[in-house]
Order: sequence, then C-alpha cells, then structure tokens
Amino acid sequence: MAILVIAEHAKGKLAGSTLNTIAAAAKIGGDIHVLVAGHGIDTVANEAAHVAGVAKVLKLDDAGLAHLTAENLTPAVLAQAKTCSHVLAPATTFGKNLLPRVAALLDVQMVSEITGVVSADTFQRPIYAGNAIATVQSTDAIKVITVRSTGFDAVAATGGNAAVEAISASADNSLSSFVGQELTVSARPELTAAKVIVSGGRGMQSGDNFPMLEKLADLLGAGVGASRAAVDAGFVPNDYQVGQTGKIVAPQLYIAVGISGAIQHLAGMKDSKVIVAINKDEEAPIFSVADYGLVGDLFQLVPELTAEVAKLKG
Amino acid sequence: MKILVAIKRVIDANVKVRVKADGTGVETANVKMAMNPFCEIAVEEAVRLKEKGVATEIVVVSAGPTQTQETLRTALALGADRAIHVEEAAELEPLAIAKLLKAVVEREQPQVVLLGKQSVDADNNQTGQMLAGLLGWPQGTFLSKVGVNGGEVEVVREIDGGLETLKLKLPAVLTTDLRLNEPRFASLPNIMKAKQKPLAKLTVAELGVNVAPRVKTLKVEAPAGRKAGIKVGSVQELVDKLRNEAKVI
Repeated sequence: MAILVIAEHAKGKLAGSTLNTIAAAAKIGGDIHVLVAGHGIDTVANEAAHVAGVAKVLKLDDAGLAHLTAENLTPAVLAQAKTCSHVLAPATTFGKNLLPRVAALLDVQMVSEITGVVSADTFQRPIYAGNAIATVQSTDAIKVITVRSTGFDAVAATGGNAAVEAISASADNSLSSFVGQELTVSARPELTAAKVIVSGGRGMQSGDNFPMLEKLADLLGAGVGASRAAVDAGFVPNDYQVGQTGKIVAPQLYIAVGISGAIQHLAGMKDSKVIVAINKDEEAPIFSVADYGLVGDLFQLVPELTAEVAKLKG
Repeated sequence: MKILVAIKRVIDANVKVRVKADGTGVETANVKMAMNPFCEIAVEEAVRLKEKGVATEIVVVSAGPTQTQETLRTALALGADRAIHVEEAAELEPLAIAKLLKAVVEREQPQVVLLGKQSVDADNNQTGQMLAGLLGWPQGTFLSKVGVNGGEVEVVREIDGGLETLKLKLPAVLTTDLRLNEPRFASLPNIMKAKQKPLAKLTVAELGVNVAPRVKTLKVEAPAGRKAGIKVGSVQELVDKLRNEAKVI
C-alpha cells in the first residue's frame, strides 16, 4: 500500500518542508504518492514529479481549492487516504491545520511532529517542549502523521520521473471562506530552511534595533528570528518566532542575541548544530546550551561581530 | 450565544520536567500543575465575548482525573458560568477527547467551541481540528483575532508566512494562539464565588465513547544532552572559533 504525502506549496512553488516529509516517507518504505491540491498547480505538480523517490503525483486542480482551507481539502484527502498505509504532511501550520481533521474522519489517532522513524508503525516524537522524546507505536490501520522538517534531511528535488495523474474531488466551500492574507515580505532565507539564523530577544530593547541583526544576517546569508518576548513587545512580526509555539529550527549556526533561553524558546532551536549566545547576563540559561558564549553588551558586541564577519567575507 | 470552552490540566509550563528512570513517562508526582496556557487564553476570550454581550453563557469542560476539578474551578473564577467534569483517570488521546467533547456538544448545543491550539505536555495540536471534523463544523485554528458577527465569525489565523483571515459559518470550532489576548488573574472574591458555581460530573460511559488508546508509548527518554560549551573572551576569538573550530562561517 502506498504512502500518501500531502504536498505543501505556495506561490506556484513546492515548499521545502515537502521534501523533508518525502524523506520521512522514504524511511517508512513503500510507494510514495504525492497529492498536489490547489488551483493552477501544473508547475508544482511537475516539480513534485521530479522529486527523487516519488512514484506518482496526484494532481487535484479545482477552482474551489484556490485557498487550501481544511474544510474543503479534507474530503479529497480522505478519498485518497482510504487506500493508503500512511498519510504524511509537513508539521507546518498547513499540515497541523489539515491532518487532525482528516485523522478524526478516518477514526485514527494521529501522530504529531515525528522526528524519527523506527519502523513502519513506530515513530519518535518530542513531548514537553522537547524535554522528552517519546517512542510511540500506532495500532491504527492507517497511520496519519505530521513530520517535523528538522528531523529529516530533504530528499533531492530532482532525479525523479513520476507520472502525474489528474484526479477530481468535490470541494465543500460552504463552511468557510477566505478573506485575505498578510504575508511578511523578506528577501532573507525562510527560517525553517536557513543554514544560519540570527535571533533577537527582549534584550534588543526595540524593533528599531533589529536592523543591526539584519546587517549581520545579510553578511552570513542568514534568516532572522526572534524570541516570544521580542514578538510580544512588537519588535518583529510573530512569524519570526522560534520556539515551542513558533517555528522549530535546526540550522548549522544559531546566534541568540539578547535571549535569556526560556524552556519554550530552547524547544525551538536546541537541535541547532552550533549555538552562539550573546548576553550580558552570564547566568542566563541560554549559556547552558550554547557552544560559544560571549558575555557583554550586545549593542557593542553585535556591530563588532558584524565588522569582523565583513572582514572575513571580504 | 452559548460558548463551550475545553480546558486541560497540565504540568506548569515553567517546570523543567524530568523523565522517569524506567522510561515510562515523565515525573508527575509532586510537580506543580496548572491550566494549560493556551486554554487560559481560550477562557479569557470567552469571557471577553460575554463582556461584549456576544456570549450569554460560558460552559467550561475538562476530561481527566479528580484533580481536574481544581482547573475547572480556576476557569469558573475567571468568569465561566458552569463546569462539566468528565472523570477519567487514564490518560486520554486527542481523538478520545474530541469524541467526548462531541458528545458534550450534542448535549449542550453551543454555537462556538473554544480550545487552546495545543497542550504543552503532549504538544499534539490535534483536538480542536478533530472535534471540528467529527462535528462537520468549520475550524479556525491558531487564532490571534476573533470577531463574531451575526451567524458568522471572522478569524485571523497565525500561519507560517504571516496572517490569514477567514470567515466561518457558525457553529464553529476555534483554537487560540498565544497572541489572541492577555489572560486576567482571578481575584479572591471571584475564587470564593467560583466555589458556589455548578460543576456537573459525567463519566466516559455516560457519554458512550470508547477511549481505549490507539497509540502505545513504548518509551520516554531524555533528549541527547548538548556537550558543555565554552565562554569566549572577545568577538575576535568567537569568529576564530566559528571559522576554524566549528567551521560554520
């Protein structure tokens, strides 16, 4: 039986998280079918067909699916899921919104945010803000799972040559309607996929000081993140938030500036390869997870660091 | 309009949990418990809707062991009108909770069910979506704004790239994000008054739901610890370490 992966896409492009989800599917083992649903999605479907390891792409193009609300996408996913052994989606706001609704209607207890595959029915997932790792075994006939991107290396976006099959399904638009979106525009890499992240906390004192971090980020080709304190104080928009309730990241290098390191923040970044903390409080909990700590005034140290990095990058 | 708010009792979010040595779970004996932070936000939103004259009655519900009643009393002290306790000592999975809530919804007939977007213990982020699916109702998840308008509710959702606004037909299931509101504290007089408010008890059997777990927890372990880092004395030293030791820039 096939593994169904629900593709996430936006602006005519396959989301990076879909590639990590396909990697998890490959670890489970079986034919991987990717469902691309939406409106005007030929490019995305073709992109999905070229992803390494994909056996088939199911293309569901319908004007009623222009906005992928859970209400109108669920019937289509249900129809496909019934013949599959596993249904996977990335643990992004898209996947988290959709999949539990699908699972309930399949009468299945879903498994959220897996970070490891032990076998076809046994998975690892973090609980208690990442302070414990549970190994869980699903006894349901169909396994419905969201995949934490940072737990799996993305599969290659090219090299595959899957067939694209057009399918149809009724989209029920009577329950909810789309009004609008307000997306944060940024030229920097997407946080969850960035190799380097520079993050600011309450210690930044004001949103006006964030350009200081942006300058450093641009030199490093980094994404800019924030703690909840910085978001709540209005320094930056909330989709910058790294933590248990924000984005989970695991870059090569995470630079935490003026962030104390609360449990909820650590939950979102402690799997980073190298962590640097810049904080004036040498007792701050962030230093307990930092590989390199620098104690001092960030307003002096960050510009110094930026200048040093600028020298390196020539 | 009647609002049903589902809440959960969890280990206090500020407690650093310890994994049990036998790998069966985390230590919950003698650990401070509290209302799940996202549930507090759900209660607060319901109370605000009542203060605006949108809601007429707030019923708060929780499934769990006897001590769950303390959490329900907290919600009553914050402004809920009455409480329903579904007593069950065993740990419940989101699907089971969603089915229990569906049975309560069928009895109570609320127009809105408010829940937190996730509990900070199991971190599932499933129950609200499952309940909406079982009821065939629309769902507004991860909300930072709720505006009830006649037979509709306009909601602003926090999504990965920013914000999204949807209109949902009532009745609907809504789940709260952290930025929806700032929960109030219960005053002492309100805590005293809450003791007099009605708290009904129901059992899983009365609601006719099979709550047998579907997912077995084989083991729970502490995450791999990070090796101790070092403090560097200067920016130059930091850059040197990042370049030549860690090789990340």
